[in-house]
Amino acid sequence: MTLSPALLAIVYLISGCLFILGLKGLTHPTTARRGNVFAIVGMAIAILATLMDPAIASYGFIFAGIIVGGSIGTFIALKIKMTDMPQLVAALHSFVGLAAVLVAIGTFLNHRTAGTLEPELVIELGIGAFIGAITFTGSLIAFGKLQGLLSGNPVVFPYQHHLNLGLGILLLILTYSFYTTHSLGVLVLLTLIALALGFLLIIPIGGADMPVVISMLNSYSGWAAAATGFTLNSKLLIITGALVGFSGAILSYIMCHAMNRSFISVILGGFGGDADGEESAFASAAEKGVKSASPDDAAFFMTNASKIIIIPGYGMAMAQAQHALKELSKTLEALDIEVKYAIHPVAGRMPGHMNVLLAEADIPYDSVLEMDEINPEFATTDVALVVGANDITNPAAELDKTSPIYGMPILQCSKAKQVFVIKRSMNTGYAGVDNLLYYMDNCSLVFGDAKEVVENLVLSIKES
Amino acid sequence: MSETILNLYIFVLACFIGYQVVWGVTSSLHTPLISLTNAISGIILVGAMLVSGFAQASGGAQFLGFVAVTLASINIFGGFVVTQRMLSMFKKKN
Repeated sequence: MTLSPALLAIVYLISGCLFILGLKGLTHPTTARRGNVFAIVGMAIAILATLMDPAIASYGFIFAGIIVGGSIGTFIALKIKMTDMPQLVAALHSFVGLAAVLVAIGTFLNHRTAGTLEPELVIELGIGAFIGAITFTGSLIAFGKLQGLLSGNPVVFPYQHHLNLGLGILLLILTYSFYTTHSLGVLVLLTLIALALGFLLIIPIGGADMPVVISMLNSYSGWAAAATGFTLNSKLLIITGALVGFSGAILSYIMCHAMNRSFISVILGGFGGDADGEESAFASAAEKGVKSASPDDAAFFMTNASKIIIIPGYGMAMAQAQHALKELSKTLEALDIEVKYAIHPVAGRMPGHMNVLLAEADIPYDSVLEMDEINPEFATTDVALVVGANDITNPAAELDKTSPIYGMPILQCSKAKQVFVIKRSMNTGYAGVDNLLYYMDNCSLVFGDAKEVVENLVLSIKES
Repeated sequence: MSETILNLYIFVLACFIGYQVVWGVTSSLHTPLISLTNAISGIILVGAMLVSGFAQASGGAQFLGFVAVTLASINIFGGFVVTQRMLSMFKKKN
C-alpha cells in the first residue's frame, strides 16, 4: 500500500502537531508522561507513513536498521544510571549529527545517480553535512569529558580562536566550491573540516560549563535535522528541527544566565576544570581557618531544627548520595522537621540533573524548589545542608567584585542560622574559586564522601 | 514561491512555536526535555529511510542509509524509553 503525496503531507502535519503537544506536556510533571506518549504516537505514525511512501523501493536495510538501532537504544535506556544521563544525552546528540552527515552524502549520491542535482539542493546538502559533522565530533568530545575518558580541563593553545575562525571561513569557501563543482570529493573534504572544527570548538570548554555545552549541542542537533529537512523538502523534519534547535538555544540561554556568563565567553572557553589532587582535608582546613564538624555535631543541630534546606550539587551525583538523602529526609520528617531541597539551575552537569536524581530517590517534586522560590526561605531556616555543591553557594558572587564568579546568582544558604557543608576536601569548585561561605561564623564543614556522611547523619539522628 | 522559500516560512514559524512552548517547560523537567528532544530529533530517520530505500540507490548509498537508520533508531527508542523512565519517577507528596 502506498500513500499519495497529499495524504503523506497530512500525516506528517499530524506528527508535527503531536511533537509540539509532547513538548507542551513538559510544562508540568502531571502532564509530562502524557506528553511523551503524544510524541511517541507522532513518531510512530511518521515512520509508518514513510514506509508507505512510493519513493521507497526496498525495505531490507530499513527494517534491519530499525531493529538493530531500536534494540540498542532500548537496552541502553533501560540500563543507564540516572547519574550518567549527561553522557547518554551527549552520545545521542552525536548520533543525530552523524546521521545528518550520512543522509546528506547519501542524498547527494542518490540524486547524482538520478541526475536531479539542483543548485538549491547542493547548497542545502553542504550546509546539512557541515552542521551535522560539527554536532557529531563536538558531542563526542563532550561525551569523553563527561565520561571521564578525557580530562575535564579546558584545552587551550595559542591562536586557537584564529584557527577556528580560519576553518569556519574555509567551510564557507568549500560550500561555495561544492555548489559550483558538484564534486563528491569537495563534499567529503568539507565534512572532514567540519569534523575537525566540532572537535576544536568543544575542547577549550571546561567542566563547569558542561550544562551550557549539553544545551548547545542539543540545539545543534536540532539545526542539523532542520537542515536535512531542507535538503529532502521534508516539512516535518524542518518543524521538528526548529523545535529542538530552539529548545537547546533557550536552555543554553537559561544556563548562561544562571552563571552570569555570556554565551560568547562560554564558547571561547578556558573557564574551570577538574579539581586538583587532594591534600589532607583537615590540615588545609585548619590552615585556612575554617571550622570542621563531625556528623554527630551536625546531627545534633539538625534534630533541634524545625526547618532544614538541603542543597545538592554534582558531589551528590558522584557519590550516588540521593538515596541516602531520601532516608535522611524521612528520618527528619518523622521528627516533625520540615525538609526542603534547593536546586540551582546549573547544579550538576546538565539542566535539571539534580531534579531527576532526587526524583529517582522518590523525593516528591513538590519539596524540591528552584533558586528564586527558595532563596527568601533561608532566613527562616535553622540548618542548611550543602551536599557536594560549591560555587553555587559562594557569597563571593554577591560580595567580592574581583571574584571571577561575581554577579552569578547563588543559593543564599549563608542566611540560614547554621550551615553544614559536606565536602571531600578543601579543593576549590569547578570555577577554581575559594568559597567565602566556609569562613563564615555560622558555617562548619563535614569532611567525607557525601553518601557516607549522610548515612552517618541518619544513624546519629536515629540514636539520639 | 519556490519550495525552498516555502520551507523557510515553515522553519521560521516553527522557531516561534519552539520559543513559546519551551519557555513554558518547568525547570525541574529540563533533563526530560533534553531527552525528549533527543528522541524527536530521531525524526531524521525519515531522511535515512529515503536514502536507503531509494529505487536507484547504489550499494554504497544503501549502506550509508542503513547506518543512518540505525543511529536514528537508537535516538528514537533510547530517547523515548529513558524519558518515560525519568518521568515515571516524578511523584507528588503522597
